[in-house]
Amino acid sequence: MELSLQTGTVAGRTVLRVTGEIDVYTAPELRQRLLALIERGDGDGAPPPVRHLVIDLSKVEFLDSTGLGVLVGGLKRLRALGGTLVLVCAQARILKIFQITGLDGIFTIVPTEEAAVAAEPAAEDSTGDQSAPPATDR
Amino acid sequence: MPTVRLGFSPAPAHVRTARLVAVAVARRAGVPEELLDEVRLAVGEACSRAVALHQLYHRKELVDVEMTDGPRFTVRVHDRGPAESRADALPDPVELVAHSEDIVTAEPFPAATVAVGMGLALLTGLVDDLEVTPSPDGTGTSVRMSWPIA
Repeated sequence: MELSLQTGTVAGRTVLRVTGEIDVYTAPELRQRLLALIERGDGDGAPPPVRHLVIDLSKVEFLDSTGLGVLVGGLKRLRALGGTLVLVCAQARILKIFQITGLDGIFTIVPTEEAAVAAEPAAEDSTGDQSAPPATDR
Repeated sequence: MPTVRLGFSPAPAHVRTARLVAVAVARRAGVPEELLDEVRLAVGEACSRAVALHQLYHRKELVDVEMTDGPRFTVRVHDRGPAESRADALPDPVELVAHSEDIVTAEPFPAATVAVGMGLALLTGLVDDLEVTPSPDGTGTSVRMSWPIA
């Protein structure tokens, strides 16, 4: 099992569900998908670009520092655009990696997708930020 | 004298193979089951770091992984990166994130170097017995890690 990525929604929020192993080999695929969601929109390429994203890591079997780097990149990108990123993870072995690196203090990590929506309640994609794609970086 | 020795061309696709082999050899050597996740992650990090260094410096040589049974199960990962790639200071990932603003505004995702730094930070946080030293022959570095055997 390598990496499988699927997009869905929970309470109107876009969720990227990750299954398998995120490592130095598969991380570029995750990075591409995150960029596509942030720049263009959901998995079918439909706008609007996602600003409030949930990444569900419940079915991730392995996560290394390359994967952490991609998640950090996604978080910083979304924050710069006024968005949010919430991670869903309840597996001790994966949570441990965030704890060791101190990144548990930087990410919002919740145990379920439902809790992810509650964690960032003010954020709603449906209100659509600016209509234009983020052509200018603030 | 290593129990198992593995050489792989410096491509990300082979890091998974190295992880799988390391866990299998560690289990056979008698490393406690609860430490195998740690072996898997640590060997993966050390090999990812070696692959990144080889790619960065265009080194085509194989990454060399040696696994040795003994009083402890020991893994050595050798890379052929140049001397300046040697890690004298281990970066703090939170610091890396905090200070990578300039990288991030120019490029939305952190540079490979950030991930390499994070990899070393993860290794130091993960493995009690870890040593990063220049290789005896003067080229590259050697990451040595060991775990107890039940």
